[in-house]
Amino acid sequence: MEPMIRIRNVSKKYRRGEIGAKTLQNEIKGWWARRRGREDPNLKIGESGAVNEPFYALEGIDLDVCPGETLGIIGRNGAGKSTLLKLICRITEPTDGVIDLYGTVTSMLEVGTGFHGEMTGRENVYLNGAILGMTRAQIDSKMDEIIAFSEIGEFIDTPVKRYSSGMYVKLAFSVAAHLDSDIIIMDEVLAVGDMAFQKKCLEKMRREAKEEGRTVLYVSHNMNTIRSLCSRCIVLDGGKILFDGDVDRAIAIYLGIEESDRRLFRFSEDYRPYDESLRKNKRLEMESLFVENPDGPWFHSTQRETLTVKMNAFVPLKRVGFRLEYWYQDGQKIGSALSGDFVDLDEGENTVQLSVDLSHLTGGQYSADLIAYQFDGEGTEDILDGVYPGVVFQIGEEFGVTTHLDWHHQYWGHVHLHDIGVMKK
Amino acid sequence: MKSSTENRQGIHTHIAPKERTAGHRWGEVWRYRDLVFLLTKKTFTLQYKQTILGPLWSVIYPLCTSAIMTIVFGRIAKIDTAGVPHILFYLLTNALWGFFSACVSTNSRTFVDNAYLFGKVYFPRLTVPISNALYHLIGFCIQLAIVIPLSVFFFVRGRITPHYEWVWLLPLILLQTGILGIGTGILLSSATTKYRDLMILVTVGIQMWMYLSPVIYPVSQVANPFLKTVLAVNPMTAPLECIRFIMTGKGQILPVSVVSAVLCSVLALFLGAWVFGRVEKTFMDTV
Repeated sequence: MEPMIRIRNVSKKYRRGEIGAKTLQNEIKGWWARRRGREDPNLKIGESGAVNEPFYALEGIDLDVCPGETLGIIGRNGAGKSTLLKLICRITEPTDGVIDLYGTVTSMLEVGTGFHGEMTGRENVYLNGAILGMTRAQIDSKMDEIIAFSEIGEFIDTPVKRYSSGMYVKLAFSVAAHLDSDIIIMDEVLAVGDMAFQKKCLEKMRREAKEEGRTVLYVSHNMNTIRSLCSRCIVLDGGKILFDGDVDRAIAIYLGIEESDRRLFRFSEDYRPYDESLRKNKRLEMESLFVENPDGPWFHSTQRETLTVKMNAFVPLKRVGFRLEYWYQDGQKIGSALSGDFVDLDEGENTVQLSVDLSHLTGGQYSADLIAYQFDGEGTEDILDGVYPGVVFQIGEEFGVTTHLDWHHQYWGHVHLHDIGVMKK
Repeated sequence: MKSSTENRQGIHTHIAPKERTAGHRWGEVWRYRDLVFLLTKKTFTLQYKQTILGPLWSVIYPLCTSAIMTIVFGRIAKIDTAGVPHILFYLLTNALWGFFSACVSTNSRTFVDNAYLFGKVYFPRLTVPISNALYHLIGFCIQLAIVIPLSVFFFVRGRITPHYEWVWLLPLILLQTGILGIGTGILLSSATTKYRDLMILVTVGIQMWMYLSPVIYPVSQVANPFLKTVLAVNPMTAPLECIRFIMTGKGQILPVSVVSAVLCSVLALFLGAWVFGRVEKTFMDTV
C-alpha cells in the first residue's frame, strides 16, 4: 500500500544553549567582545563558546506510515518525539531531508489551541475549528455532533473561563476529533479528562483509522493508551529510531532504555507478553542482563561480547541452553544464535555468562530476544523462560563489519556472511 | 476503505528545508479565509469585553485626539488647513493615518504576539496580519461614520465644496493603505522576531513617518523644497490627499505620489510576504 506519510533522511539541528542574544544591544556587545578576543558577556558563567555547538534533535529519520495505521511514538524526554511531530505539522522545518504528506493534516499538539476564556464554547468551537483548517460551513454541519460528543450540553453558550478543566478538554478534543482530515497527529492530549471520555476518544480514533483509512500518529508516555490505540509503534532515542514494529516489543524496549544504566536490562512482566502457559508452571525466571563491554550497548568491534544473565531457578535444572533471536530496528527478524554449550542450574540464584559473536551484523540498531530452554538431546526443546527483548544494542555504522563497500541494508539485508573466496582458474 | 492515492482532497504537502516557494502560497490563505474573519471577530469582541462603553470607544478616542490637535495645531500653532475646518481636517486624516499606523505596528509584532499559538498548530500565518488589517478597517469605518455627517454639515453651511462624486475611489484608497500597512508590518515582524528592541524603534519610526506625511498639515501649505520632495515620494501622501479631496474638496494629488503609492504598496507586500514566508518556517527555533 502506498504510504500516506513518507519521511526520508530527516534531521533537525539545534544549537545548544541560548540562541541569539535577544536584544540588539546585547548582540552588539557580544560581537564587540568576540572581536577583541574577550569572553562573550551573554554566555552564562561557566559556559564557554563551545556550548553553542550544534546538536541533532533528530538524525537520519526514515519512516513510512500507511493509511489505516495508528502509529505510537515513544521515547524518553528529549528523544525527539515532539520535534518529529513539529516537523510533520509544519511548525518548524527540517534541517535536512524530505517529508511528503499525502492528505490533510490535523495537529493536536495541545487541546484547545486558540481557545479564549472570554468567548463562549460555541464561539471557541468556530475559532478552533478554523485554526485547525475547517471552513465555517463544515463547522456548521458538525456543530451538533461536536456538542453531543463533548457532553457539554447547555453550557455551550457559556464563556469557557467558567468551565471545569475536564469540560474544557472535552470540548476542545471534540472539535479536533470531528475534523475530516487524513492524518491526525496527537501529542499526549488525552492526559486530562476522565477515564470514560479517554476510552471514548481512543475508540473513535481507532475506529476511524480502521474504517476510513486515516493515519494516526500518537505520542504518549502512557503505555496503556499506546497499547489500546496503536497498531504499530516506534521507539525514539537520541534522535534516532531505535525500534519500529510490534507494539509490545516497542514498549519493552522503551522500558529497557528508561534504566539509567544503559548496559543493564531488568526484566519485568512487560518483557513477557506472550508466555501465558509459562506463567503457570514457572521453573526459571531471568531477572537481569548486563553488558560487560564498558562501551555497551554500542558495539563497534568484531570481538565477542560478554552478557551476564542473572536468573532464579525454582527447581534444579539440567542441560539449560539459551537462544538469542535478533531483530533489526525496522521490526524484521534477521536470524538467531543457539547455545553451543549447556549448563546445569542449582535451585535459587544463578549467574550465567553468554559469549556472543556479533561480527556478522552490519551497522544499525538491533534488539534480541533471549530464550532459555532445556535440551532433551533429541532435537526438541522445552522452553523455560523468554524475555522479549533481552538486550537492545547498536552496531556502529563505521566500525561494524569491515567491508570494502558501503552496506546497503535495504537491498542486501542486515547480515554480512563470510566473504567469498574468489580464484581464477 | 480508501486507498491513499485518492485521499479526500488530493492534497500533497512536500516539506523540505529552505524550500523556495516564491514567498507564499496565497491559495492556502484563501482556503483559510473563514479563519481570517473569525480572528477579526475575535479581536473585535475581545477588545470591548468588560468595558462599559464598548465599541463607543472607537468614536470617543479619535474625537478626543482630533479635539486636542484642533486646539494645539489649529488654535495655538495656527497651521493653515487651506480653509478646511480644523476638526473635520484632523478627524479625517487621523482616521486614515490611524488605520495605516495601527496596521504597521500590530503586524510588526505578529510573531512575538502569536508565538504560543504558532508553536502549537500550523495554519497559514499570513491570515493573522490580514485579519489585523480588517480589524483596524472596522475602526476606520466607525470613524468615517462621524466624518461623513460632519462633512455634509460643513458643505450645507457652505464652508467646504467636497467632491462626493469621487467617493467610489475610497475602497481603492483603503486597499492601497491596507496593503502598504500589511506589507510594511510583516516586513518589520521578521526583524522584531530576532531583536525585541526594534519594536520601540518601530513606534518612533511611525511617528517620524507621520510628521513627514500630510497628516497635520496639507501638501499645499508646504514651502520647504526638501519636505516637498519627501512628500511627493511618500507612499502615504496620495491616499491622504485623495481622501481629503473627496471629503473636504481640498487636496493636491501629484501623479508622482500616486505612482509611488502603488509601487511601494505592491513592493512592500511581496517583499514582506517573501521574508515572512522564510521566517515563519524556522522562527519557532529562535523565539
